[in-house]
Order: sequence, then structure tokens, then C-alpha cells
Amino acid sequence: MINLELPKKIEDTRALLHQFSLNGLRPLSRKYDLLEQKEMPEELYDLVKLLKGGRSQSEKSAEPAADGGNINGSNLSMVVSSAELCWGDVGLFLALPSIGLGNAAVSAVATEEQKAEWGDLFASMAITEPGAGSDSAAIKTTAKLDGDEYVLNGTKIFVTDGYRSKQVVVWASLDLKLGKAAIKSFLVPKGTPGMTVTRVEHKLGIRSSDTAQIVLEDCRVPKANLLGNPEIAKTAEARKKAFGGVMQTFDNTRPMVAAQAVGLARAALDMTLELLEEEGIELDYSKSYHQMSAVESDLYDLEAEYETARLLVLKAAWMADNKQPNSKNASMSKAKAGRMGNQVALKCVEICGQLGYSKAHLLEKFARDSKIIDIYEGTQQIQQLIVARQVLGKSSSELK
Amino acid sequence: MTSTELLFDLTPTEEQQMTREVVQRFAREEMAAAARAADEAGDLPEGFLLKTVDLGLNFMPLPEALGGVGAGRSPVSNVLNIEDLARGDMSMAIAALAPLSVINCIMDFGTPAQQEKISQTLATADFTPAALALMEPGIGFDARQLKTRAVVQGDGSYILSGAKSMVVFGPEAEILVVFADTGEEGTQGFILEADTAGVSFEKEDYMGLRPLPLYAMALQDVSVPASARLHENFDLDRMMSLGKIATTALAVGTSQATLDYVVPYVNERVAFGEPISNRQAVAFMVADMATEIEGMRLMAYRAAAQAEREMDFSRSAFLAHRNAIKYGMKIGTDGVQLLGGHGFTREHPVEMWYRNLRALATLDGMLLV
Repeated sequence: MINLELPKKIEDTRALLHQFSLNGLRPLSRKYDLLEQKEMPEELYDLVKLLKGGRSQSEKSAEPAADGGNINGSNLSMVVSSAELCWGDVGLFLALPSIGLGNAAVSAVATEEQKAEWGDLFASMAITEPGAGSDSAAIKTTAKLDGDEYVLNGTKIFVTDGYRSKQVVVWASLDLKLGKAAIKSFLVPKGTPGMTVTRVEHKLGIRSSDTAQIVLEDCRVPKANLLGNPEIAKTAEARKKAFGGVMQTFDNTRPMVAAQAVGLARAALDMTLELLEEEGIELDYSKSYHQMSAVESDLYDLEAEYETARLLVLKAAWMADNKQPNSKNASMSKAKAGRMGNQVALKCVEICGQLGYSKAHLLEKFARDSKIIDIYEGTQQIQQLIVARQVLGKSSSELK
Repeated sequence: MTSTELLFDLTPTEEQQMTREVVQRFAREEMAAAARAADEAGDLPEGFLLKTVDLGLNFMPLPEALGGVGAGRSPVSNVLNIEDLARGDMSMAIAALAPLSVINCIMDFGTPAQQEKISQTLATADFTPAALALMEPGIGFDARQLKTRAVVQGDGSYILSGAKSMVVFGPEAEILVVFADTGEEGTQGFILEADTAGVSFEKEDYMGLRPLPLYAMALQDVSVPASARLHENFDLDRMMSLGKIATTALAVGTSQATLDYVVPYVNERVAFGEPISNRQAVAFMVADMATEIEGMRLMAYRAAAQAEREMDFSRSAFLAHRNAIKYGMKIGTDGVQLLGGHGFTREHPVEMWYRNLRALATLDGMLLV
């Protein structure tokens, strides 16, 4: 039965995280935006404990709820949770160790011994290189088998949490001549000789999250640190499929990242509405379009954009929970939400004038933070490409 | 936001799925195929309205005691029906569903006697024209401040006077629900027949929706009995919100028809040696169309599902509508753009959808979910 409200369990978690965001993250927002330090914000350690405590208490509620085949599982609850934490602060959200972008990739394939050896997971994901961004098949970092070890060489940039994380998941090619199929991921614990963090970026926004450059020079890791299947597919067809499998993981992560924009936009709108209320402007959802001021009209548009993006994200996650192919919807949600978050945040700054532009409030920070969500995990344009190929039935060689 | 024991779900019920298959086939065979000729003729295809009776849509919300199916009022089912019919043709969809909107209005806001009356008139084997008459001529229409007046008389009857516009079926309508300002009690609805003394009609002509019989209606000291007034539970905001959802569903269906047409066209049309859809400038427009249609659809579903469960749905309906009139028109204009000069000719339906989609912002309370 068609219903687009969240079930009670997810709604309860959301309410809990809202308090966490409000009382835990928000008070730190400006401080770490200004500090832009490489070290992990200390207060986050305590907050993470708090968050973990709350989570284990509600562990049972993490069980997917099912109703005659319909599932509201981890994908749906995670997009809601991500949005709520990003309502607090996107940068600090990214700095939470439990958010490590490589965590899922590791826990999916690691053996019990490896998990014990590697310890608490806070794994960053190193894909992008100076010469390969959206085109992740073009990476040049290599991994050569030498006895029982792989030897990694190359340069990675824009590694979120690359400085603070305890492990790095490095994408590298076993054989550059074999293209996409030879790309594998390797877990490299921090402190492994040959891996150095050479630079931490200074950014427009999400300054409390570190973004690092990592250089690998004859960096040796045990053979078993290759995550997943070490075989390189033999036929061209099988190679294509293998890389397709790698890219498919993005079908699950794109809605998660899109959710960040949903949370950020809500934050910007909430703050704007609060400031406007002091000026006596309140939204009335029964007003005739002819009776509203320009500012009100803008706000209704922003709210509509926000709700649309939010529902697209929920749908993409719901499809993943229910094992429906969601590549198109995942990209739709990311394209729309990334665009929306940026548009809403910038417009809120405009509407609130000097208050919006001033560092006395967080709106200007939201506007800076919002831009990256339109870029990472696949730019808006990459998402449009994916959607277009699906809608038009085109291959990547036809529609480049 | 109300939390709920129900799960998030985008799966229609089995009954809805079965109805959709029938309605979608009807839309393809009886509507889409006939749409251009109807647009040129400025008239509905011969026998079209009678064929819609077989879909049985009018019987759905009526209780069994009144000769209906007893499926209950379902705004979600209404949204699905509007979406699927509008994918065939927006004008024909509105004509087919105008009587159902009267039923929905009377089931929500009518007295028991009125409910019995409309079930006898509208739930029959014939197609009985009926419509809501809310809109008024002029810029800046506001349903809360109607210019049509209803003045109560000593015996409880009312005298109605004023002007209405975009009244579907006009003089052909057996039942019209006319809305007027009563003064102290604000906007109220009155049931009357088209041939009531003092009522006159004049055919209207619009840029789009050409097959739809639309009329200007003049009311000159029209006397209606107290029993013609809708129940005292009448809620204008609720009615307007139900109308906004219906308009959104029209936008979804018509926009989907546009996308369905544009995709094969840009894949087949060759320029500079390859299909124009191989170019991002074209492909990205198509991608954005598909994304916004999906967004509009979800907005309509959410508002309807809230209405169905008696939640406050005014914000959802408002935003769904706001979004639909913006992106509906965008998709209408992009549909023409993607066909270039060919899109501008009447050889292709995109210019018709461009004209029809422009109506979205104008339609207030023509259809209710």
C-alpha cells in the first residue's frame, strides 16, 4: 500500500539523532570550521561514545521491518540517519569514525582474523588521483604481487578522512594494460611503511573534515589485504561485468550522500524560517499564489525542491532495501539532491541578507558546505549521464 | 511529522494494480490515439465519454448501499487514475473524471440526501456530465475571496449571482456544484442543475485543453433551496488541497507522455552523423525530465497517501502542486525544444502537450482526488 511516511522505528531514531545533532554537533560547528585542524575534533570522541551507546540500545530496532515482502531496512534507515546528522553538521558528520567511507567495503569481505588484526575500523577510501576523478577506471596506482605481498605505488588525492582514519582502502590496478577489470581495492593500515599523508587540503567548506593526499611508494601489504576476489576476469565480457560490480556499490552509497544534501537543506531552511519569523514572516500552506510576497514565493519553491529531493532519496534507498535495481533512481536522487542542497543553501543566504552572509550565523557555512555534495560521489553531471543512459537505453560508448 | 506503524511503501495494492492495467490500456487505445484529432476538432471523440463508464471509476468511492463498489474514498487510487488517463490525453482525462470529482466532493462534504441523489444520477450505466464550478474569470483568483455571491433569504434559501469560468460541460451538466461567497460563512458550495432559471452559459476557447467542453457561466439572481447547500462540515482548504493533488497527477501523466514521445525521437533523429541523444546537451535535458517527473509523482503520492489516512496533508499538497506547475511547464517547453522546428509543428503532439501543460497553474478545483 502506497505510504511515504517513515515507520515509527526509523522516525524514533531520527528524533534521537536530531537531539544529538542539535546538542552535540551544532555547538562545535563554527569552532571546527574556523580551526580547520588536521586532528580529530576531540569532543567528537565523547560524542561518538554517546552515539554508539544510543545505537546499541536501539540495536533491535535496526532489524529490518518487513510487511508482506515490503522491507524498510538499513538503506532507508541510513539515509534518514545521515540526513539528520548532516542537519547538525556535514563536516563533523564526515569526521565521525563510524562514517568511514571504506568501512562497508572492509566489513563486507574481511575474515574474522583480519578484523581482529585491523582493530576498530575507521577506513577512508582512496580512489581519486590527480589524473582521474569521475573516470575511476583511469587510475594509475599499481599493485604488484611480490611473494606474499602486494607492492603499491601511486598518488591518491581528495581522500576524505585520509589523515585521521586508521586504515585506507586504496584502489589500484594489478595490470594497467587490462583496464577496469584489473582494478582492486587494498586495505592499508596507517603506519604501513611506504604510505605517507603528504598534504591536507584547505577547502571552501566541510573544513572540519580532513581531505588528504596520500602517496604510496613501494608500500607493502600482505596478499590477504586485497579486498574481494584477486582474479582478473579473463574475457572482455567478464571484465566489464567485474568492474560493473564495483560500480554497483555506488548504487547504495549515492542515496546516502544525497541524504547529506537533504539534511543540510533542511538545516538552512529551518534557520532561515527562524530568522524570518522574527520579522513576522511565516509560511501559510493555504495561501493563494497571488497573495504572497516574493520572499514567501521563494521559500515555497525551496520547500518544494527540498521535499522532492527528499522523496527521491527515500525511494532510491527503499528500492535498495527491497533488492530492486536502483541504479537510475540512485543517480536521480544524487543529481537532484546535490543540486537542491546547493541551490537552497545559497538562496537562504540571499534571503537573509547580511545575517545570511555573516559568520555570526551558520547559513554562510551551510552555503559553503553544500557545494561539495553536488560534486563528490559522482558530480551532478555524472549522475545526469547515468540517468540519461538508462532512460535512453544507451551504452557508455554511445553517450560519453 | 507523524510517526506511524505502517512501513514506507511504493507498491500499489493488487486492486490498484489491476485497475491501472485496464486504465493504461484504455489510455493508449482510446485516448492517445485520438488525442490529436480531438485537439484539431476542439471536441471530444464521438462516444468517448460513454466508453469511460466501463472503467467503473464512479462506482469506486460510493458505498454499496448507494449502489457503489464500497472501495472507500481513496485519494491514492484517484491519483493513479488521473496519472494514467492524463498519459493518454489531459483534456479527455479531465472530461472523464469531472463527474467523479463531483462524487468525491459530495462524499466528503455533502448531506446524506445529496449523497443519495448523486449516486442515483452519476453511478449509472450512462455517462452523466457533472462538474464543479469554482473558478472565476480574471487575474488573481482566490477561492477564499469569491466574487460570486450567495445571499441567504428569510426562508433559508439562497440567491446566487456572479460569474464562473472553466465550467466543464456547462449547459450539458446534469449536476453542477457552484461555489459562492456567503459573507459570514465564507465560501460554500451549492448543487444545482444547468437549466436552473437565471443560469446561462457561453462556450470558452483556450490555448490548450481544446477538446474539453469549457464554459463561462453567468448566474443572475439564481434561487436555490437551503437543501442545495453542502453539509456544514464543508472545508474549503481540504477541497483546494485535494484539487492541488489532482492537478499534480495531471502534470505527472502529461509529462510522462511527453517523455515517452521524446525518448524514441531523440534516439532516432540523426544530426552530424549520429543520433542527437548521443550528445550530452540533449541527453541531460532528457535525464532532468525523467528525474523531475519521478519527483512530481512521489510528491503526489505522498500528499494523497496522507489525505487517505486523514493526516494533515495541506503542506504536502501545496508543495506538490507548486512543484508540478513549475516542472510541468518546463517539461512541456523542453519537449518542444528537443524536437526543434518539428516540435513546433502540429505534426507532432509535443506542441499540444506544451499548450495543455500551461493550464496546470490555472486549474483550481476542477478535479478532486
